[in-house]
Amino acid sequence: MRLVKCWFCSSTIYPGHGIQFVRNDAKIFRFCRSKCHKNFKMKRNPRKVKWTKAFRAAHGKDMTKDKTFEFEKKRNRPERYDRNVTENTLKAIKKIDKIRSAREAKHIENRLKPNKQKKFLDDKKEHEQHIHLVQAPGSVTGKIKVDVSEKKSVQNEAMEE
Amino acid sequence: MTIVSTCCPFGLSNVTKCINFVQIKEAKTMVKYNFKKITVVPNGKQFVDIVLSRTQRQTPTVVHKGDRICKLRSFYMRKVKFTESNFNEKLSAIIDEFPRLKEIQPFYEDLLHVLYNKDHYKLALGQVNTAKNKISKIAMDYVKLLKHGDSLYRCKCLKVAALGRMCTVMKGIGPSLAYLEQVRQHIARLPSIDPNTRTLLICGCPNVGKSSFMNKVTRADVAVQPYAFTTKSLFLGHTDYKCLRYQVIDTPGLLDREIEDRNIIELCSITALAHIRAAVLFFLDISGSCGYTIAQQASLFHNIKSVFKNKPLVIVCNKTDLMPMENLSEEDRKLIEEMKDEAMKTEMGASEEAVILEMSTLTEEGVMFHVAMPKSRDDQERLPCIPQVAGEKEKRKTEKDLEDENGGAGVYSASLKKNYILAKEEWKDDIIPEICDCHNVADFVDSDILNRLEELTSEESLRKAEEEEVGFEIEGEELTEKEKNDLAAIRKKKALLIEESRLKKSNAQNRAAVPRKFDKDKKFTRKRMGRELSSLGLDPSSALNRARSKSRGRKRERYDDLSNDAMDVDVNDDEQHKKKKMCLRSKSRSLSRSRSVSRPPHEVVPGEGFKDSSQKIKAIKIGHKSHRKRDKAARRGEADRVIPSLKPKHLFSGKRGNGKNQRR
Repeated sequence: MRLVKCWFCSSTIYPGHGIQFVRNDAKIFRFCRSKCHKNFKMKRNPRKVKWTKAFRAAHGKDMTKDKTFEFEKKRNRPERYDRNVTENTLKAIKKIDKIRSAREAKHIENRLKPNKQKKFLDDKKEHEQHIHLVQAPGSVTGKIKVDVSEKKSVQNEAMEE
Repeated sequence: MTIVSTCCPFGLSNVTKCINFVQIKEAKTMVKYNFKKITVVPNGKQFVDIVLSRTQRQTPTVVHKGDRICKLRSFYMRKVKFTESNFNEKLSAIIDEFPRLKEIQPFYEDLLHVLYNKDHYKLALGQVNTAKNKISKIAMDYVKLLKHGDSLYRCKCLKVAALGRMCTVMKGIGPSLAYLEQVRQHIARLPSIDPNTRTLLICGCPNVGKSSFMNKVTRADVAVQPYAFTTKSLFLGHTDYKCLRYQVIDTPGLLDREIEDRNIIELCSITALAHIRAAVLFFLDISGSCGYTIAQQASLFHNIKSVFKNKPLVIVCNKTDLMPMENLSEEDRKLIEEMKDEAMKTEMGASEEAVILEMSTLTEEGVMFHVAMPKSRDDQERLPCIPQVAGEKEKRKTEKDLEDENGGAGVYSASLKKNYILAKEEWKDDIIPEICDCHNVADFVDSDILNRLEELTSEESLRKAEEEEVGFEIEGEELTEKEKNDLAAIRKKKALLIEESRLKKSNAQNRAAVPRKFDKDKKFTRKRMGRELSSLGLDPSSALNRARSKSRGRKRERYDDLSNDAMDVDVNDDEQHKKKKMCLRSKSRSLSRSRSVSRPPHEVVPGEGFKDSSQKIKAIKIGHKSHRKRDKAARRGEADRVIPSLKPKHLFSGKRGNGKNQRR
């Protein structure tokens, strides 16, 4: 039993799911669901379809080169079963997954960081320019809630101490 | 190169000695012909059919009168050129594959000449060649004309003419094609005689026993019959002697006549004699049972002896069982001696041993190359030796036996893991995990995975530490909580304004602009103004007071306020309560719309037309009874098998998400 990747969206295909298409030149295309299959039949290029992994990898949205990917490699030689090795492998898989997802998150964060500053400036500007819609200039909106929460936080601190 | 013959009881060793003198001829660089793989030559009509149908299938077939002229021209030119190239291809194949007489071994050349007449053959091939050239020329001419064709009809006529002429040409060479097909079929069946290896050539008068000798010595199965000319063409056999392979060629019998008078069959054997460097075995029938006396045979021999030049010759006296050598008459003996002398002359290294042999193929006396039994060197008897193990044949326990013991096929399932070779025995029963957390375990398995993991974790911790440092340094500014809320409110307000303006714009053309005093949506009420001003942070009291004086009656206002501003925060709770009671229950219910309430069936709701609950219950019962019978019959009713909407919008609209098409 083997998990394979969908040719179009690169998601994992579990056994019993999806469709496999074999072309005349013996190339096999596997699809996870009819969405991918129909897109393929329409001759769409997955590298141009936004929601696929191929697009994300090609446009640098997702992390592609990392040491954690090298752990997973299809070997064509069968290995003799060894219980200890298998145990270790199972433990390792979990750890590697964690590390990989942490790294991927960081990659995306780094990608979005430069935009944060820009976003902040834009928001500030908008707030400045349009505050008159919500609050008349020179007045203070009667928000009793603010006082209460402050008091509460003070109380909590007192309790903790 | 001589081989000293060891003491061998059989006399044919002389022959072997002679054969070793044969030098291997240097192969000229020439085109390799494979007589068996010449493509079939179709006859004239078939040829035309094949090519024309190919054109029909493999060129575009549709063209319209209204197309551009260049398109029409190119369409028809393509057809003419395609047909021409097909003809060219096939005719070239014929010309290339049929052997050119100058380029093959002289033996084959002569053989082909004997069988098929060199001139006729050349003529046929020449005709094919001319046809090819003619067709090319036709195509060229018509393509030139087509370039200037001005209408569909004219282009089509030109194309028809071109193809027609090509086909006529093919019709003309029809007989040549038929002849070449015959030649091809015959050529493929010629025995592949290798003119360069060690060969034995068997010749003699008809019916002397050449074929029977051939049968004895090799695995060939040549027909042996009492009548003359049983063998009509050359036959080939192979045999081994002293680990060397020999070719044995059996020829048809020769008659004693002039070369011009000879028929094709005899010429075959003559050709073979002439060209193949072989050791010749001239067969003599001593008994005369072939129908020719020794004298006649001798004269034949002397006639052909010119052909035996430079070839080692052995005279074989056959059929000694019918007439042993001793019984020969004087004359016959003298004749044989003469032949022997001749034979001796051909012998290169004059050896003392007789160049004459006596044998009888029938009794197998004197015939060499007997395979049957290895000659016993000594008188020791050697029995066949069977190893001990084969004799015992002990029965070992098979899986089938095991199965039978344990209850048969359905009960016992063989343990396939029994013979696994693992480092530890107890692992045999382990279930090997294949999939873990969306990964294939087999892809990760590695004997030193722990080490690599160690490295990775250390790397990761380093990276994290770095990150934190960097993270502390660069902290982007952020909006405060209050600012964020304000921003959200701003955006909401803006969106609302945009919506309103869009609505106004879209309705501007369709609806009349109603003046503000007929304020249907009650947008311009005092309460509303007050609310909005207070939310902006201003004190609305002064504005409200000013507005009150200008408004209509208090009463009406109050009513309007109550019915529409039910969610008004500023209104007193008591007032609201009192007013509510005056309104109809149903209206308030529909307004509040907080929860749908289902009522028991026996409750009579005003407006249903029943006098009281009991009447309603009765009516319901009667209703049920009326359709109970039909329900039991389970017949199709009004509500069955109706698809209310064939294409429900929620299943056919929207983007394809991750769900099934039943739900989207």
